[in-house]
Amino acid sequence: MAVDASTSARGDLILKNLTKSYGEFNAVDDLSLVIPKGSFFALLGPSGCGKTTTLRMVAGLEEPTAGSIFVGETDITDMKPYKRPVNTVFQNYALFPHLSIFENIAFGLRRRGISDAEVKSAVDKVLNLVELPQLATRKPNQLSGGQQQRIAVARAIVNRPALLLLDEPLGALDLKLRRQMQIELKWIQTEIGITFVHVTHDQEEAMTMADTIAVMNKGKIEQMGSPEDLYDSPKTAFVANFLGQSNLIPGQISGNDGNNLVVDLFGTKVSVPKARCSAPGTSVLVGIRPEKFRVAPEGKSASGNVLTGGKISDVSYIGVSTQYLVEMPWGKELMVFEQNDDNEEMLRKGEKVTLSWEPIFTFALDGNENAAAGSQ
Amino acid sequence: MAAIRGVSAKKFGLKDKKSALPYLLLAPGLLYLTVFFIYPIISLGQMSTKTSSGETGQYKQSFRFTNYIDAFLESKEQFSRSFIYATIATLLALAIAYPLAYAIAFKSGKWKNVLLVLIVAPFFTSFLLRTVAWKQILGEEGPVIKVLRGLHIISPQTTLTATSFAVVTGLAYNFLPFMTLPLYASLERIDPRTLEASGDLYANGFTTFRKVTLPLSMPGVVAGTLLTFIPAAGDYVNAAILGSPSNKMLGNVIDARFFKIVDYPTAAALSFTLMAAILILVTVYIRKAGTEELV
Amino acid sequence: MKKLTRWFSKNLIKVYAFLGFTYLFIPVFYTFAFSFNDSGRSNLVWKGFTLKNWKNPCGAPEICTALGNSLKIGIISTILATILGTLIAFALGRYKFAGRSSTNLLIFLPMATPEIVLGASLLTMFLNLGITPGLLPTIIAHVMFCISFVVVTVKARIASLDPRLEQAAMDLYANEWQTFRRVTLPLVAPGIAAAALLSFSLSFDDFIITNFNSGTITTFPKFVYTAAARGIPAQANVIGSSMFFIALIVVVVGQVLSNKRKAKI
Repeated sequence: MAVDASTSARGDLILKNLTKSYGEFNAVDDLSLVIPKGSFFALLGPSGCGKTTTLRMVAGLEEPTAGSIFVGETDITDMKPYKRPVNTVFQNYALFPHLSIFENIAFGLRRRGISDAEVKSAVDKVLNLVELPQLATRKPNQLSGGQQQRIAVARAIVNRPALLLLDEPLGALDLKLRRQMQIELKWIQTEIGITFVHVTHDQEEAMTMADTIAVMNKGKIEQMGSPEDLYDSPKTAFVANFLGQSNLIPGQISGNDGNNLVVDLFGTKVSVPKARCSAPGTSVLVGIRPEKFRVAPEGKSASGNVLTGGKISDVSYIGVSTQYLVEMPWGKELMVFEQNDDNEEMLRKGEKVTLSWEPIFTFALDGNENAAAGSQ
Repeated sequence: MAAIRGVSAKKFGLKDKKSALPYLLLAPGLLYLTVFFIYPIISLGQMSTKTSSGETGQYKQSFRFTNYIDAFLESKEQFSRSFIYATIATLLALAIAYPLAYAIAFKSGKWKNVLLVLIVAPFFTSFLLRTVAWKQILGEEGPVIKVLRGLHIISPQTTLTATSFAVVTGLAYNFLPFMTLPLYASLERIDPRTLEASGDLYANGFTTFRKVTLPLSMPGVVAGTLLTFIPAAGDYVNAAILGSPSNKMLGNVIDARFFKIVDYPTAAALSFTLMAAILILVTVYIRKAGTEELV
Repeated sequence: MKKLTRWFSKNLIKVYAFLGFTYLFIPVFYTFAFSFNDSGRSNLVWKGFTLKNWKNPCGAPEICTALGNSLKIGIISTILATILGTLIAFALGRYKFAGRSSTNLLIFLPMATPEIVLGASLLTMFLNLGITPGLLPTIIAHVMFCISFVVVTVKARIASLDPRLEQAAMDLYANEWQTFRRVTLPLVAPGIAAAALLSFSLSFDDFIITNFNSGTITTFPKFVYTAAARGIPAQANVIGSSMFFIALIVVVVGQVLSNKRKAKI
């Protein structure tokens, strides 16, 4: 059986104006994206945002309504799944129940006409990579969830595709196993150098594993960048709230100070780096991550940006940190995470406090955005 | 809404490309059924309005709808007997099968598969051999009569065979798996924790059964009663073997009219009436019982 | 005494079930027992134990012709009905097409029609066309009523198949035909086998429809029916009991195989 030339195409994954509509509803809306060859890329978003649909279109399991998909120079938009240089790790693993583990992994190789000897060597190699050589003769239903997951990955990467697509592969695993698999998958990717496209709704997972993350919402990409970029400089409220947590406070830009903007927050002036402001006008939402706040009893001196007049309305001790909800004079509560790394006493409910933080940790969004978007 | 429709089509795995393949797959089988099921029914309908053209077995089409009335009046006794026997047999089968299905669904533990096989196993022997066996067991030379007469439960003159009792019990026995399996299937789907919850909420065993188990098993009850009643109403083997001429059912009449007294139009009219009556009863029953999925 | 009544009320269902199963097996035991009867021509009264019926199951006149016809009709009908029915089941289970509800109705109707109507209507059609009842009309009739049962059985199996397995196969370079051959078919095969077994047993055991359409050809059920008046020969009991045991073994082996496939180490 001749190997289709298209299955050896290589290069960056390029999506151009990709759209998938069901009647009036656009699951994927005019999506354009370049995923560099050899990177670990995550498509992150809540359920229904279109990330799985996008993945399935790249795999060929879903037909796009419009747009095109390229691997390097090769247009794979209209190709059947079995002609694409793409392999998928499915959410429920989809291991063939009637075949042994060896035959499951060998499946793709055999379809491409590879000789028995080469098949054996490739399968053995990949079983060693996932550290499960002893399971070759077992059947899938005899394996644990974690083992099935690793075999599913093995079955895909043994074919050395240009792209490996992972559809929420760790969803069914318990927390500890998930953490372990996250590290292993990252290691495998760096070892073999294939482009990984990982779809997930778990933002911690995406940040742990990916070089680049694209945050998707309602069929569109909200923002794309490295985990640090997205976390430190979110450009929309959705991204600010979906990745980690944010406090978003409405304010007005009142002036300029070198590299910083001066923003008026309910009467107090705070400093925001220009590089972290994505607002087009003067109305802004000032963003501070809860872990960046320092909270101290009223009266104590504070440096950096300072907000006074707060009152503790809730205290949660979490071991590693203590979470405070602080009610501010303008009626809203701010979230504060204090690491329990000093001997200071926990603050109590009702105590009057002052909040402060380093100005460079501030970001600012367009004031017209919905401050609640993306919060879970 | 459109989003949900889109998602469920995706998850169902149905191919959304327009192709001729499904029609090619369907064509041979559906064509076969049209030629050998639909067309014969139509032939039967046509035959039911014919009259004899003089020679035996030769008929001409005369659209004589009074055939139906004649046939019905002539055989109304067997007609009603068929439906009465079928109803009693169905109820009897339900009474026997329900506790059996319940026991297998809830009380069988690791023997479940064995018991399911055992429910169906007796019906691996030929239907006729089973019925003839009952005839001989209940008959004059059989053990049952001897025991019952010995215990003076019945008088020396009463017989068990050639009675409506024998016919009805024969019907109930022969269609038991059709009643038991659907009952089992729907009882099996009940999460035992619902029954525990009922107990937790102060219902005793009987109330739990009445208010929780029975309603949840209704789809099985409907399916089972239909699968039993329909063949029972049209049966004539049980009546022929276990009954006497006074127990003849409609099926016996139709059989006779086809093979002994060659009178096809009457036989056809009777068959159609039987089918129509069953259809009406079944539709009314399904409406009342309110279930949608049968197959 | 109180202990006994308590045990009884707790285990009422189990006691009942035991009685129920015994009732189910009475005719089977009877048939099996009387297959050893030294009966001569009329197997109504117990005359003595003998193995000669089992040694000579074709001893009664015509019985093995009847059995042979039943087997012939059963095998041919099963093959045809299974093929036609499986094709329909795949169309229903894996594709979108117009007229789905009409198809479902057409499949359902033969199962809901009394056998006497099915038999009589086919006979009427054959007579109209000048075809005499016999082997071929019987086979035609059997295929007809078995198709629906095959469709229902295979469709249920297809429905339980995760469509993502076929998607995974295509993702791993298998084209449509290879996917069907290497993934779909092996996984649906147990359902097709079950449908074939069901079809064979329905055909073998059929009396009413066969009676209308077989003319002078005897089948095993027809043989028993006509012999019922004077007493069926013990060889019929032998054959009936054998069919029972063969069927039981087939089902048990099937169960063991499917349990092995599911076994966890």
